[in-house]
Amino acid sequence: MSAAELAGIVVVGASLAGLRGAEALRRGGYEGPLTIVGAEPHRPYDRPPLSKHVLAGELAADATGLPALAPLRARWRLGQPTVGLDRADRIVRLADGTRLAYDRLLVATGAEARPWPAPTGGTLTGVFTLRGRDDAAALRAALAAGPRRVLIVGAGLIGCEAASCCRDLGLAVTVVDPNPTPLARSLGTGIGGVIAACLRDAGVAFRPGTQVRAFEGDGAGHVVRARFADGGAIEADLVIAALGATRATGWLAGAGLRADAGGLTCDAACRALAADGTPCPDIYAAGDVARWPIPVYGGRLVSVEHWGNAVEQAGHAARNMLAGPDDQRPYAHLPAYWSSQFGINIKAVGLTDGADSVAVVQGSRASRRFLAVYGRAGQTIAAVSFDQARWLPAYADAILAGRPFPPIRDATDRARPESLAPGFPSPRAVSADEFAHA
Amino acid sequence: MPDDTPPADALFAAVLDPAYRADPYPLYARLRERPVSRQRDGSYVVSAHAAIRSLLFDPRLSSEDLPPSRRPRTGNPLKDWILNPIRNRIATAHRPLIFRDPPDHDTLRALVMRSFTVPRVEALRGRIVRDVDALLDACRGRDRICLVDDLSYPLPVAVICDLLGVPEADEPRFQAWATELATALEPDARHDEAGRHRIVAAFDAISAYMRDLIREKRRRPADDMLSELAGPGPDGRRLMGAFDLISTAILLLVAGHETTVNLITNGMLQLLRHPRELERLRADPERAPRVIEEVLRFDPPVHFRTRKALGAIEIGGVTIPQGAPVVLLFAAGSRDPERFPDPDRFDPDRADNQHFGFGGGLHYCVGAPLARIEAEIALVALCRRLREPRLVMDPPPYRPGASLRGPEQLHIGIAGID
Ligand SMILES: Cc1cc2nc3c(=O)[nH]c(=O)nc-3n(C[C@H](O)[C@H](O)[C@H](O)COP(=O)(O)OP(=O)(O)OC[C@H]3O[C@@H](n4cnc5c(N)ncnc54)[C@H](O)[C@@H]3O)c2cc1C
Ligand code: HEM
Repeated sequence: MSAAELAGIVVVGASLAGLRGAEALRRGGYEGPLTIVGAEPHRPYDRPPLSKHVLAGELAADATGLPALAPLRARWRLGQPTVGLDRADRIVRLADGTRLAYDRLLVATGAEARPWPAPTGGTLTGVFTLRGRDDAAALRAALAAGPRRVLIVGAGLIGCEAASCCRDLGLAVTVVDPNPTPLARSLGTGIGGVIAACLRDAGVAFRPGTQVRAFEGDGAGHVVRARFADGGAIEADLVIAALGATRATGWLAGAGLRADAGGLTCDAACRALAADGTPCPDIYAAGDVARWPIPVYGGRLVSVEHWGNAVEQAGHAARNMLAGPDDQRPYAHLPAYWSSQFGINIKAVGLTDGADSVAVVQGSRASRRFLAVYGRAGQTIAAVSFDQARWLPAYADAILAGRPFPPIRDATDRARPESLAPGFPSPRAVSADEFAHA
Repeated sequence: MPDDTPPADALFAAVLDPAYRADPYPLYARLRERPVSRQRDGSYVVSAHAAIRSLLFDPRLSSEDLPPSRRPRTGNPLKDWILNPIRNRIATAHRPLIFRDPPDHDTLRALVMRSFTVPRVEALRGRIVRDVDALLDACRGRDRICLVDDLSYPLPVAVICDLLGVPEADEPRFQAWATELATALEPDARHDEAGRHRIVAAFDAISAYMRDLIREKRRRPADDMLSELAGPGPDGRRLMGAFDLISTAILLLVAGHETTVNLITNGMLQLLRHPRELERLRADPERAPRVIEEVLRFDPPVHFRTRKALGAIEIGGVTIPQGAPVVLLFAAGSRDPERFPDPDRFDPDRADNQHFGFGGGLHYCVGAPLARIEAEIALVALCRRLREPRLVMDPPPYRPGASLRGPEQLHIGIAGID
């Protein structure tokens, strides 16, 4: 076995969290060697535009590069996934056999699109998932070729954004989802109904309560049809499987960490937990891959797929990596994300998990400009805005302060809150998979 | 300044008292001892930066200054006419967007923003430079100028006329109306009967003028804001009803006038009080943006705006009751030591300068980019062209307004004009 390369601080995952984490290390005064390992051959790029401007053809997939905000002086190992971690010797192994000896490790491997299973049509051409830049480029090319009908499986955020782009391109689109409305898992059917109306108005055929059993191909192995669990079928020559994501923790198997498809569990300071529950002093995690106890919600373990968390958590983890063992600060973060679809700018703060009440406190659903809040046991836990984002900070404050539900009445644009049935499909998953569904 | 200091619940009354006009800042410091402080008249004055910030984003604070029964909600010309058959109700009833709440506010504002584009504002640069030079050229041969009369006052009206597309020949009439209407946005203005009549008459005159001009712009659209606002939207339908259009045009004139006058005047006043900064700006015009931001923080044109609480609001340890008037004291928040190190020092080099000079939240000034350009060009020209400028009287005399606060005159002694 060749000698391990002394790699200093190693960041695994060369995307948003990895990049921002590395920058924070430098800004925090770290002068030693810094190595960034990335499975993809690309420099860090931004994912949110992939399901928006890139699919719509307004931005090339390779024009999504993230700007570096600080000089990194890093050694890049791109196109090389890590395949194993040896904690005792502090070594990560790369696919090509290279062994990197780390002082400290930042795990930022994010998440991967859940693929459609091969036996039921996952390997047919014309069946796409959307997570990375190459996925987006391939999907964009296929859309530009003018498919007769696009079928989108999964009406989560990415599925809906893709549907919106397809309609902008003038393509015939069907969206299917097992739930009664789009975004049912993240926002509930009360608010999801607004998106259902947008889909309808935009000319998208939405089939709620529908489960796909299999895709069928033609002689050349190209998808032509989807079969539903209820026996029905639909012709489609392009499929986007938007089934949510699983955390990229496969390479950590056998490392003795609390890691699974739901994430790498950390303590409040972003330190990875060993199998026995003790935090590893030299391994941190940030971004989509991390699962951490969130103080705002009583320390429950959550993982999110939010751009803002990747940035903030990476900065926080980097800070703690450089601090002494007695100066490990807890990560206090209020989750937040945005989405744009059908000309509407959706922004949300907080986590809706366990919500038992929903009320529109500003604007109206009919105008598609409104602000809705979510409550659990009488307390405000989350808020979502449709084209009303500027008010969100008031609600974020209310969530952080644990205000009663609803925290605000008598708004200038709505005198009395309108209560809705929250309509979350049960059982709610423990993880807040906003960008997932089904 | 009077030396008997008022009790805590009468501080805002003192702010309104012209005796404190030249230096209200010590009153603000006392008000800031409580982030939100109840005044004898039942109003709540908010003077801490954090509390102002939070209330600017609180949906329960209303800018509507009319009771619902007197509030026309339509921009539809025909319905407007039925609701407001008397033209001068534009002055008293048909409110521009600064006095309206969402959703109407947002609709109107979006239309204004759509035509208040960066290229349109940037295109005014050349004419502002020419105007400023011409106004200063006209002062040649004198050993003293009055900045207000000679430059600050005439400049903004000319620029807004250009922006809107008012023919140059009509500019003098606009100057006169602007003067008359300047106090229309002043919440604490206590007009006498005659003053009120003059304002209504000015509103009538400018409304009638605008109506004709809009008709003209619809007939012969030009590349100006009014043509765009009066024209059809992408779907071919009219963007705004006639009353909204008129009140928006008047708002742009009024909101952009005295404010910009004060920014230029206050800016020069501070530079004359801090000669080192004047020298530095003369040597390096690139410093102008920093200087202007610091003027907007340190001695802003707009000191406060009044809102109403539509529901009970808990903030800063008090509960503002439903219906109470709420004064957002921007000028106090911008000097909050909790937010700004050494807040009473005029320091254009401060790194982080999130002042409330242009307000904040949904009513954030739409004219900010234009105001910045005007002030930048004017201050740089003044520094470069006035030889040995010095204040003749410090403090200068102030106009009565406490919210739109600024010198009535600013006499500057000079050794010549370059
Ligand atoms: C299409 C799309 C649209 C989105 N839109 C929004 C939005 O509108 N708003 C919002 O808030 N969020 C959005 N998100 C979520 C947001 O992009 C993610 O939260 C963010 O990218 C997370 O960053 P990350 O660095 O933690 O993980 P990722 O961006 O997933 O990066 C992880 C990186 O690690 C690499 N990697 C994985 N395994 C290994 C390994 N073993 N060795 C080396 N490298 C490895 C991966 O190749 C990847 O490059 C969107 C996501 C997608 C996919
Ligand atoms: C130095 C110059 C200026 C200053 C200091 C200033 C300041 C402000 C402030 C503080 C507000 C917020 C009012 C509130 O919250 O109630 C405001 C709003 C506004 N300003 Fe300015 N302003 C200036 C110049 C201009 C100019 C040049 C224009 C237009 C040409 C303009 C147009 C407006 C309008 C239309 C609003 C109302 C916006 C709304 O209600 O959404 N202002 N301004």
